[in-house]
Amino acid sequence: MAEKAGSDIAGMSFEAALAELEDIVAKLESGQAPLQESIAIFERGEALKKHCEALLKSAESKIEKITLSKDGSPTGTAPLDE
Amino acid sequence: MSDVESGPASNAHEYTVSELSGAVKRAIEDEFGYVRVRGEVGRLTRPGSGHLYFDLKDDKSVLAAVAWKGTAARWRFQPEQGLEVIATGRLTTFPGQSKYQIIVENVEPAGVGALMALLEERRKKLAAEGLFDEARKQEIPYLPRVIGVVTSPTGAVIRDIIHRLEDRFPTHVIVWPVRVQGESCAPEVAAAVEGLNMLEPGGPIARPDLIIVARGGGSVEDLWGFNEEEVVRAISESEIPVISAVGHETDVTLADFAADKRAPTPTGAAEMAVPVRGELIAYVDNLGSRQRNGLRNIYRALRDRLRAASRGLPRPGEILSDVRQRVDLLTSRLGAALGKALNAKQVRAANSLGRLNGILLRRRVADGQTQVTRLSARLAPALSRTLDQRSRHLDQIWKLANSLSHKNVLARGFALVTDADGALVRNAASVTAGDQVNLEWADGERSAVIAGDAPPKPQPRPKRSAEPDERQQDLF
Repeated sequence: MAEKAGSDIAGMSFEAALAELEDIVAKLESGQAPLQESIAIFERGEALKKHCEALLKSAESKIEKITLSKDGSPTGTAPLDE
Repeated sequence: MSDVESGPASNAHEYTVSELSGAVKRAIEDEFGYVRVRGEVGRLTRPGSGHLYFDLKDDKSVLAAVAWKGTAARWRFQPEQGLEVIATGRLTTFPGQSKYQIIVENVEPAGVGALMALLEERRKKLAAEGLFDEARKQEIPYLPRVIGVVTSPTGAVIRDIIHRLEDRFPTHVIVWPVRVQGESCAPEVAAAVEGLNMLEPGGPIARPDLIIVARGGGSVEDLWGFNEEEVVRAISESEIPVISAVGHETDVTLADFAADKRAPTPTGAAEMAVPVRGELIAYVDNLGSRQRNGLRNIYRALRDRLRAASRGLPRPGEILSDVRQRVDLLTSRLGAALGKALNAKQVRAANSLGRLNGILLRRRVADGQTQVTRLSARLAPALSRTLDQRSRHLDQIWKLANSLSHKNVLARGFALVTDADGALVRNAASVTAGDQVNLEWADGERSAVIAGDAPPKPQPRPKRSAEPDERQQDLF
């Protein structure tokens, strides 16, 4: 179950992962979930958190300019000379 | 009269048509080499040559206008039918058709009011088509991976956007270069928005998940390209969410209405596009510790509940020993109860039997009577035997009493002295001379009088007379 939970996280958007993590935190803070479920969602929450952190850390700046052909269709990219 | 009339005419210079046309042309061009004329744009055509032909008119007159291809392309504002404009240019004639016209160098809207009226009219038309409906608005992605920016590749706008993006969240930016004013502005912007939408995910050029259409501030005419229908339609139909940031906050273009979000400035668009990475890292970190605390609290609460419940729970040994004790008790009571129950049954059975048997009862009565008779017969002899025994016992006691009597002492030669009252005189001091006393011997009594006083030494006398006294007392 944990493997399954992990595999779908890898493809999640930051937004979706963050939203689910927020849900899990709210659930755990309410203390309403049974222990078994609490542990399971906590593990998923940890995986979501790792995914979010990875997305945040991997962010890097890259600036490109599209090059256009005569008829105005894109042919590729080139660095933007500011 | 006719000579007079025809004379000067015949003397006048006779032009050819072309000469006259040329003279008129020169006269007009000299007189109206540079004019500004205000009028409403009438019929407007743009044939394949690329030149722009239109009419300028007011309520009475019409003036033909032409703008050469190269000139019109430089205009930041393109004339539209029905719009009141001020055209700048020179008048010339077209001798081939006996016409004159204005060669337009520039066209400006005749006051912002006129332009705004046109803008409002177009806005209403496009709004009626539903292009600005809230339902069409898309959510801006929370964290776009690639941002496509449609703007001029040079200038402050793209720099502002890139710098603000880097401050907040370094992102992959793809700039689609366009001209942001002039005749080609609108078609280029529209093509850029459509072109970004046509990029394939995973293709050689990264497909953006957010588009920013941006332009710096300027006059209404400068921004006019962003009011063009083709731009509005491209933005409205974009599958990728669009943020518009055209002009300053007070400048509103139709592109802004069509976009999913409108930013007041290009910098503002960058702020809308991405969150602040540092804040997000802190927030995710905070969520992580909150969920750890949450789980810990759940664990603690359950542990406390378990402890509380355990305290109330008897140990298994206690439950068993209690039961075992009850079994023992019941077992022991079982035997006794069985015996008791059996006895009770036996007694009841016997009773019932006895009641049932009359002969047995009568025999017991007869037995009782026989016993009474027998005991009555034994009663009298037993009584007399008891009396005899008691009488013999009395004799024995009497004999013993006699043997202890003072008479026997008297018989051994002693005398008993009593005073006049008959009371025993136990010592010499209790009588004085002249006292009458009585002496008793075993064989009889005689009276006597005490002759002398007691001896002078009282001490030894009592001692001497004490002896017989004591002896007498001892006898008793």
